[in-house]
Amino acid sequence: MSVMRSIKNKAAIVGIGISSFSRDSQRTELRLACEAIKVALDDAGLTTEDIDGLVKQTDDASDEHAVTSSMGMGNLTYFGECRWGAAPGAMVMRAAMGVAAGAANYIVVYRAVNGSSGRRMIPSMRTSGQMSTSDLLQWTFHAPFGHMSEAGRVAMIVRRYIHEFGINSEQFGWVPVVCREHGAQNPNSMYYKKPFTIEDYRKSEMVVEPLRRLDYYEEADAAAALVVTTAERAKDLRQKAVYVLGAAQSMVPETEELNSYYRRSISGLPETAQVGKKVFSMAGVAPKDIDCVQLDDSYGPFVPMQLEELGFCGRGEGVDFCNGGNHIRSEGELPLNTSGGSLGEGHLHGMNHLIEAVRQIRGTSTAQVEDARLVLVASGAGGPASGLILGGK
Amino acid sequence: MSMAYDAEHPIPMPPILWDNKGFWDGVTKHELVFQRCKQCGTWLHPPRPACPRCRSFEKEWAPSTGKGTVYSFVTYRESPHPAFKAPYSVVLVELEEGVRLVSNMVDVKPEQIFIGMPVEAVFDDVSEGLTLPKFRKVG
Amino acid sequence: MVMEYNPAIPLLRPHIDLDNQGFWEAVKQHKLVFQKCKDCGLLVHRPRPMCPRCNSTEKEWAPSSGKGKIYTWVNFVYANAAYPGIKVPYLVVVVEMEEGVRMISNMYDSRREDIYIGMPVEVVFDDIADDLTLPKFKRSAA
Repeated sequence: MSVMRSIKNKAAIVGIGISSFSRDSQRTELRLACEAIKVALDDAGLTTEDIDGLVKQTDDASDEHAVTSSMGMGNLTYFGECRWGAAPGAMVMRAAMGVAAGAANYIVVYRAVNGSSGRRMIPSMRTSGQMSTSDLLQWTFHAPFGHMSEAGRVAMIVRRYIHEFGINSEQFGWVPVVCREHGAQNPNSMYYKKPFTIEDYRKSEMVVEPLRRLDYYEEADAAAALVVTTAERAKDLRQKAVYVLGAAQSMVPETEELNSYYRRSISGLPETAQVGKKVFSMAGVAPKDIDCVQLDDSYGPFVPMQLEELGFCGRGEGVDFCNGGNHIRSEGELPLNTSGGSLGEGHLHGMNHLIEAVRQIRGTSTAQVEDARLVLVASGAGGPASGLILGGK
Repeated sequence: MSMAYDAEHPIPMPPILWDNKGFWDGVTKHELVFQRCKQCGTWLHPPRPACPRCRSFEKEWAPSTGKGTVYSFVTYRESPHPAFKAPYSVVLVELEEGVRLVSNMVDVKPEQIFIGMPVEAVFDDVSEGLTLPKFRKVG
Repeated sequence: MVMEYNPAIPLLRPHIDLDNQGFWEAVKQHKLVFQKCKDCGLLVHRPRPMCPRCNSTEKEWAPSSGKGKIYTWVNFVYANAAYPGIKVPYLVVVVEMEEGVRMISNMYDSRREDIYIGMPVEVVFDDIADDLTLPKFKRSAA
């Protein structure tokens, strides 16, 4: 038996489904998940009986067995759970590996959250009843000092980035402005027809300095799903296949979840840099070949940082690259988050970025980039990361 | 200005476990100590079971000079927890020994904080059973 | 003998959500209902967001006859292995209803010696607290 050297061109995304984004879905997360999966199956021209693998985000409350018993799936032979904000890229990689290894034929990846309405299931206790080591770090050495919100944790890193590169933090506004422009064109978006200007951004209030409210996401209710299969099977299905050309996950020394304060430099995203190296080398392409990027914009300042780490510009040049918005608009040289992303479409923990990457390659985006052939997706900025390079034939 | 607490809401207590107990025992006695590897002398914070440099499990709690500089900081304009009254700042201090510590300033307004500001450790007996290491400006 | 609850310990209440609300509202009215697909008629329990047969999300709550047979059962005898809020011993049964679905419940006042797999039972409703009614089962006359 020969060892597969890389996942490149072995797997494809053949179906996608995404709900609209809202502040109150009026549905349970499980229902949102099932509905999104149904849309993805219909999109692929498959039935529930075809599905033999499920991949989900670790914290997603919709267990695999609840999904199968609600949707009437048959026998399943492959599962995977992926953690952190890095989950989207990692989930596609997990599914791609599953079909490429012959462990399953058609794998569904799904995500569903009622982040806004809070119609959440009671989180299950870890079997030992203990806190995770990551929670322990935060509760022991950060929380007693009032360092408790996610925005606060990120702000500490952004402060160093501002300090080391002499950034005017008002310039961070171009990322949310452009993401909202893209989202305003997308009927699925929580912000459809609701763009804002750079002046609106500048006037917005600081929540945890140096972060303003418009620098980061709002909670939303939404769900998405996609179907992965082998490149061979993809040929027989109805949609234009979107191939996985590069996939990687990442962790480096002293990585923490948005709390990487204790290593020498904290003003960058070394996990993202590592993802970049691996996916570019696997796909055999370079940053200049990428037609469109879908980056983790749960915190806007992480976008210029990711552009630098992925090699789209030099260290410290990310904010200038985004300045004015022209480079990153859908007509620009490196279109960013064309369905709106977390800041402009809604927060689904990076899954919507993945769905949009597929649409760009298929040519069905609401802010279509001309001749989009290679799209890079990056998830999990500020902690363990992941990424994909997706492409058409 | 120093951190203002809401007396009605308890401050979240740090969970004390075997790996971090030495740090908190020191703080209770108004001493700032950090984990130091017995084998290779590396200073480590936050505490952990083994040394990432030499993989030894042998460690000691070594006293810090308590002196350092502000490496980064944030200012909460909205409080994330009822115990803490906004506005307040949280600093990341780099100690002389090379480790970093998340903390608060005492007698310093948020606007006065800057990266590189020289600071030294002080101890705040904030509530029954809880002392926190904090920092004041030097000079 | 009737199940006894320990007043010092909070009752375990069902987590009611949009998918199972109809079942619990009916129970409060002393009615037993099961989820029925409006499109293909499939009856399912426990409630779920979608019909597993045809994937429709349209459902209704169909009244049950309330009659069934014991499918399997356990008797909690050892307090440390049971819920502290309920005095041991108590019986937990899986009842297979006439309609074909199964549900977990308790015997209202039967003794362990008196029940058996296949025993015909019928539903009764126990108003345990102001905000908690549970369906339970008694030996059926039939």
